[in-house]
Amino acid sequence: MPHLSRIKPYALHLLITGVGILMLYPVLWMIASSFKPTTEIFTQSGLWPSRFTLEHYHNGWFGLRNIEFGRFFVNSFFLCVIAVGGTVISSSMAAFAFARIEFPLRRFWFALMLGTFMLPGHVTLIPQYTIFHEMGWVDTFLPLTVPKFFADAFYVFLMVQFIRGIPRELDESAAIDGCGWFKLYIRIILPLALPAIMTTAIFTFMATWDDFFGQLIYLSDIKKFTVPLGLRLFLDSTGNSNWGAVFAMSVLSVIPSFIVYFAGQKYFTEGIATTGLKG
Amino acid sequence: MQRYKTYMAGYAFLLPWLIGFLALTLGPIIASMYLSFTQYDLLTAPKWVGLANYKTMFTDDFRLTDSVQVTFKYVLLSVPLKLAFALLLAILLNQGLRMLHFYRTIYYIPSLLGGSVAISVLWKQVFDQDGLFNRMLGVFGIEGPAWISNPHYAVYSLVGLSVWQFGSVMIIFLAGLKQVPQELYEAATVDGAGILRKFARITLPLLTPVIFFNLTITLIQSFQTFTKAFVISGGTGGPINSTLLYSLYLYMKGFTFMEMGYASAMAWLLLAIIAVFTGVLFLTSRFWVFYSDGGK
Repeated sequence: MPHLSRIKPYALHLLITGVGILMLYPVLWMIASSFKPTTEIFTQSGLWPSRFTLEHYHNGWFGLRNIEFGRFFVNSFFLCVIAVGGTVISSSMAAFAFARIEFPLRRFWFALMLGTFMLPGHVTLIPQYTIFHEMGWVDTFLPLTVPKFFADAFYVFLMVQFIRGIPRELDESAAIDGCGWFKLYIRIILPLALPAIMTTAIFTFMATWDDFFGQLIYLSDIKKFTVPLGLRLFLDSTGNSNWGAVFAMSVLSVIPSFIVYFAGQKYFTEGIATTGLKG
Repeated sequence: MQRYKTYMAGYAFLLPWLIGFLALTLGPIIASMYLSFTQYDLLTAPKWVGLANYKTMFTDDFRLTDSVQVTFKYVLLSVPLKLAFALLLAILLNQGLRMLHFYRTIYYIPSLLGGSVAISVLWKQVFDQDGLFNRMLGVFGIEGPAWISNPHYAVYSLVGLSVWQFGSVMIIFLAGLKQVPQELYEAATVDGAGILRKFARITLPLLTPVIFFNLTITLIQSFQTFTKAFVISGGTGGPINSTLLYSLYLYMKGFTFMEMGYASAMAWLLLAIIAVFTGVLFLTSRFWVFYSDGGK
């Protein structure tokens, strides 16, 4: 990279920090506002509350009749855990087959899989909905969990790329030691593909946590609502009257994403750089 | 014998994906094609109507025309802006600065949160008539409009929200910038090339594969944007269809009005639009994408 040598490093730091603060200001302001008395939210653009209050968190958590926000968190976590488990298991299995086992039509299936990459979900949406409707699965968690056990093309591709980088000699020595395909997959490939698996797990968690569309069309019973649905319901029912509580619940709703992001950051940036996921 | 065992193993491991592919992708693609020629409300059997849905789409659905226009506006504004910001910041961050890791983390946060309902909720308040943004403008004596409730501006609040999330694109650019060989710059310096010249002659050409990649991915994603428009407009696409992104209208047709045959036809139109855009990108790429290994 040509160094912008005439710009002093500290000026560059200042510029980058300045732009960063400007970008993050709305988020910081939302966090700050969730602790401010209601009147200040609309009059103050600053961050520091004159009086620090937790009332918005209380009002938000118990803000909907007959149901607490905690329920939505439990539901969202449940979906995420199943989705991560299902995606990791099924996608790594397919990736292992594509990367390591010779079988007829392998290239054909792989090409077909790549072909579905760019396919907008809209095209399969209505028939999928019809299938789940016929099976009586609408308004259950099943349409949001069962499909995760059938592997995701993107993650299969990611893991195939990774597994191809694992030396083949390991397979051969494992075969000499009497390892079958299953043992090879469990004992050798899975542990060595851990970075790709972590990337898959993290992205799947994020995508499921934020999946508004799928949850919107399949869930209608408020007891099954997830965090995004709960938040939207809360916004609609309180309207503009209670921004403090809406902000408080919004802040809570993004905390899991933050935790997962910071815990798995190493895998995250690698994953984005190699796949271009998450726009 | 051994060979067949290997075949069996291959298909055993592939089975979950294969079932999913046939039952949840390939089957539905074919079904969706069929449904697009029918009138279907989920409760009664689909009724064959031939090309009627497509005919309505092209001649008789003014909301669809609005929706396509809004979507084009959204995509054609947000994609280039997002890429430009991402590239600019990636270049600034790639100056051998300390704390790169920290900055990268900070700039990624909007991308991390951007898809959530929470951020759309926040956006709705920030760009309200008396929201944070206008109050900030007020400090400089500027009186901003009601960004979200004014049909002339509403789409720009969606564009802004999309551009704001340039972090993930930036990270891909950063990875690309790291691949540019330093010797090229050193040689150029010896030849007396300035910063802009180096950028235009070295950085930009070597980065074209990454630009191509980012452009394609961002374009495809942008055409499918849903959550922002849904939350910010309260599920209506208003005011006056000004935030009626294609996905939102498709959702309304399919799940609010239960016109599922029509929604299927809309899905195919979306696929066609995306295919045309990406097709043009791919076809023109050999004129502007430069592969240093000669292209493979």
